[in-house]
Amino acid sequence: MDNVFELQNVYKTYKNDGKEFTALKEVSLTVKEGEIFGIIGMSGAGKSTLVRTLNRLEEVTSGTVSFYGKDLASLKAKELRKVRHSISMIFQGFNLVNQRTVIQNVEQSLKIIGTPRAERREKALKMLETVGLSEKANQYPARLSGGQKQRVAIARALAVDPKVLLCDEATSALDPKITNEILDLLKKINEERKLTIVIITHEMSVVEKICDRVAIIDDGNLAEVGDVKDVFSNPQSKAAKKLVFPSNPFDPSDDEGQIVRIVFDGTQSNVPFIANLVEQTGLKVNILSANTRSVGGIGYGQMIVELPPRAEERQKIIDFFRNGGLSVSEVNRNE
Amino acid sequence: MSDYIKDAILTGVWETFVMTFFASLFSYIVGMPLGVILYSTSKGRLLQNRAVNFVIGAIVNITRSLPFLILLVLLIPFTRLVVGQSIGTTAAIVPLTIGAIPIVARMVESSLNEVQPGIIEAAASMGASPLYTIIHFIIPEAMPSLLQGGAINVATVLGYSAMAGVIGGGGLGAIALQYGYYRYQKDVLWTTVTLLIIMVMLIQELGIRLSKKHRKT
Repeated sequence: MDNVFELQNVYKTYKNDGKEFTALKEVSLTVKEGEIFGIIGMSGAGKSTLVRTLNRLEEVTSGTVSFYGKDLASLKAKELRKVRHSISMIFQGFNLVNQRTVIQNVEQSLKIIGTPRAERREKALKMLETVGLSEKANQYPARLSGGQKQRVAIARALAVDPKVLLCDEATSALDPKITNEILDLLKKINEERKLTIVIITHEMSVVEKICDRVAIIDDGNLAEVGDVKDVFSNPQSKAAKKLVFPSNPFDPSDDEGQIVRIVFDGTQSNVPFIANLVEQTGLKVNILSANTRSVGGIGYGQMIVELPPRAEERQKIIDFFRNGGLSVSEVNRNE
Repeated sequence: MSDYIKDAILTGVWETFVMTFFASLFSYIVGMPLGVILYSTSKGRLLQNRAVNFVIGAIVNITRSLPFLILLVLLIPFTRLVVGQSIGTTAAIVPLTIGAIPIVARMVESSLNEVQPGIIEAAASMGASPLYTIIHFIIPEAMPSLLQGGAINVATVLGYSAMAGVIGGGGLGAIALQYGYYRYQKDVLWTTVTLLIIMVMLIQELGIRLSKKHRKT
């Protein structure tokens, strides 16, 4: 599989009123052809800057961004515009021209690449059909809902048959139901057209639902990158842990009690571990929080439990879980 | 009112209309591109260029800060150069145009400034050139605001055209001045004033309607 994007040691520094602010630090990653690649991070982590380096809406301060092996920084203005015809983008705010009809908005991208009028109309109509908005062709964007506007933006982005689609928080302004519909549409397009998609988001649910691989951005650094199921079941970095595991909702009842996190990686999610523990050892744990999520149809879960104060009892419980194939790690109370 | 004066008023209405129409037209032909340049060369915009922005901005500000009556007098030699005479309706179009250009330029600039940056970013992401973005994204998106500004500009030119009467420019302003002011014919004064008000109101109404028709948000 070819690498669509290859980033090497990318730094981005802004100068503002003489003060320097580094938005990206030493970011290196690759996006492979045909995959849905998620970039997740808190707001202000630098993910929007990162996605804009992929089509050079942002220039990098140092390092290289290559698109199919071509260094974007080496392109002249005209060459860059041509490359951008292969890298479409959709946005959180949709960015449609409000004074133009839906079909005219979709035609815009085709007009830029010089598609003749008749062909333009035909392609635009076909795209509207793909996104399920054929009957809205002659309406103005103001009459559409947020989800419909994003569909128009997707139609506009894909009408030119790009190689990649960049999504900058494309579902963040939409409610959960509409978000799911848009994600399903993106997944469908990814499969049908073998389209590479890069998704920027701050929502775990978006990554879980459609991404193949994920990069976690924390304070301008690439904290972790890998297959979604690996990162979600066994996060390595602090930033990843923070995203994957929600913070403890309760304090332990006993100051002396030790708190551990038990992670299920999908193969044991149908075994009643806690009940077995009580039955087989007679020891009890206090469940502080628990959740499961489905990544690609496999259940992943984690549970945070408080162990009894006596050291030998604790060890027994930890051994019991470990023998069952679960990973157990101590939780720092201030985490 | 004698028939003679009625005829004069009718001619005045026509002359005012001609002056306003052509001065507005010419001021847009020059002022619109200037407004686009002011907008696109300002900081953070598509064709950011400090030198160009500063020079054009300075010229616009200087012309705009001159009282129109002074501009009328200052421009007499220039007018003679352009149209071969310095009095009459045709001659008045020259200073009216020059006086309106900076107002049009600033008005256009401010309309374009209202366009959301996201739309410009979307155009860039599609590989549109700066010029293409201005023509096909920014100006269409700003159209309702441009039309509204247009109505204000035309009404301003109409008001200025009345002043052209002072230097022999003809139109309703000249009639109000000659008959109404110098000869104390109050009925003529009020008739011309009423006609001017009606003309301004018609222009405003037309502008608002056009703008509404175009505004899709």
